[in-house]
Formats: sequence, C-alpha cells, structure tokens
Amino acid sequence: MWQIFHKLGSPKWFYGIASKLMPWLLWLGAGLLLAGLVWGLAFAPKDYLQGNSYRILYIHVPSAFLAQSVYLMMASAAVVTLVWRIKLADLFVRSVAPVGAIFTFLALFTGAVWGKPTWGTWWIWDARLTSMLILLFLYFGVIALSSAISDEKSAARSTAVLVLVGVVNIPIIKYSVEWWNTLHQPATFKLTEKPSMSPDMWVPLLLAVLGLYLIFGWLACLRMQTEILTRESRTRWVQELVRSGEG
Amino acid sequence: MEFDSIAAFWSMEGHGPYVWTCYAVFTVCLVGLMVWSMRQRRSVINSQRRRAGRSSARQAPAAASFTPVQPSRD
Repeated sequence: MWQIFHKLGSPKWFYGIASKLMPWLLWLGAGLLLAGLVWGLAFAPKDYLQGNSYRILYIHVPSAFLAQSVYLMMASAAVVTLVWRIKLADLFVRSVAPVGAIFTFLALFTGAVWGKPTWGTWWIWDARLTSMLILLFLYFGVIALSSAISDEKSAARSTAVLVLVGVVNIPIIKYSVEWWNTLHQPATFKLTEKPSMSPDMWVPLLLAVLGLYLIFGWLACLRMQTEILTRESRTRWVQELVRSGEG
Repeated sequence: MEFDSIAAFWSMEGHGPYVWTCYAVFTVCLVGLMVWSMRQRRSVINSQRRRAGRSSARQAPAAASFTPVQPSRD
C-alpha cells in the first residue's frame, strides 16, 4: 500500500506518465470541444425563449463547470497535502489555480454578456453571481499565498488550509439558484434527471464540457511538469532529461 | 445548418455581437493559457540547459590557463 502511495507521489513517475497522456488529452479534448462548439453555434436549434443568445451556453456552462470542479479537485489535493504530505498534491494545487481562475473569469464574463440581452442587465448582485465572484477572489488568494511564502513546506500547508476554508463556497454556488430567488436559471444538467432540453441541444453541450475537461487535464499535466522541472532541478533525472533535450 | 446564409449566421437575429464576443474572448483566453503554459515549460528547460552548460564548462580543464595577478596597491 505504502509503496503504491510512494510511487504515485513520485514526481519522476508522474512526469513520465504525463508525457504519455498529454497528446491524447490535447487532441481528443480539442476535437470534442471544437465539435461541440461548431454544433452548438451553427446546427443546434434556436431556443424558443432566448433566441440565438442562448448559444453562449456552450461556452458558459463548460467554463462554469470547470471553474467549480477545478476548485473541488484542488480541495481534495489540499487534504492529501495536509494528511500525507505528498509533494505532487501541492504541485497540483499550485499549477491549476491560475487555470481555475481563468475558467471562473470566463464563466463570469460570458454570463454578463449573456445577461444583457436576456435579463437586460450585465450584472446584478444576486446569490449565484456573487458567489461566483467570491470563487474568483478565492483563486486569486490561493495564487497570491502560494507564491508569497518562500519556504516550500509552509507555503504548501498554508495554501492547502486556504483552499479548504474556501470550499464552503462551492455548495453555496451550486444551490444558490435553489435557495434564493435569483435571475439565474437552474442547472442545465442534473445527474438524477433527464435533461429538460432536446438532445440536439444538450449533446453538443456535453461534448464541449468533456472536451474542456480533457484540455484541462492537458493543461494540468503540462503545468505540473513545469513546476516539477523547477523544483527538482537539482536531481539527476531532471538534469539528464534537460540535457537529452526531451523535456 | 440552422441558418440560411452566412450573413444570418453572423448577425444571429441581432444577438450576434453578444454571442461572437463571448466566443472570441473564450478562444483568446483558452489558447492564450495553453500557449503561455507551453512557453513556461520551454523557458524553464532552456534556462536549466544553459545553467548545465555553464557548469560543465567550468568543470572541464581549460585549454590555456592563466593566473590572475592581483596588483599590489602600495
């Protein structure tokens, strides 16, 4: 058991696995995302209430989905960092925080632009929008804290604590549309129910969500590799890797 | 195809500016993030290779060596 853990936590092992996975993640992800977006933009039927503006959904929902699940993944990694002190977990938190921040920004931005023709306003301080804005600030906080402390171990620990404190926000985002009166429409997908849209509207959405997930996987691998190269620059295997030009 | 012409696709019955702004910003952010991350890794590798080159040059015996002379100031 401990051996498996040890192996899973070894940066060298991860670097190799990531290199093998990355081409698959990138091309499959880009293909799915592109297919979903082209389908959603040009071939999906028009929404009878919102007209064509609803096509923003195909980038808004994947971004918002990723924004929240990246945070949840970071929170799981934070638990691993605190309990088992595995280096890779901390590497993950550090590497994906900027990615999560960009997805959150995209969800907010596309939501605002979608809100204008649909609700008649760019922004209102309602529960869903405000909690999403808090998520963006949480990401900024994580990025700032992890780079502000120079000692690697204490940076890892304090960042993990911040991530875990912020995780309260995730259920608030999720249920805000049910707990409070808000302009935002309820979730498009639920695990327990059939989607309320017609298949030629939700299949492209599903493709786009899956595609963006895979691209996130690629980004996470790439950014973790960069972080590993920086941190382990004194180890023999990194020096050999750099010299051989593999990278 | 849900639209009759390219012009209709472009204007989206008046919603075009909103839809296309979103897609443009999304593309720029995502592609930017991907390119930035790739460049970061490249620059880390390059700087380490340079450092490795320097340190191995230091270890190799120099072809011609000279001893720096400290001129006395008195």
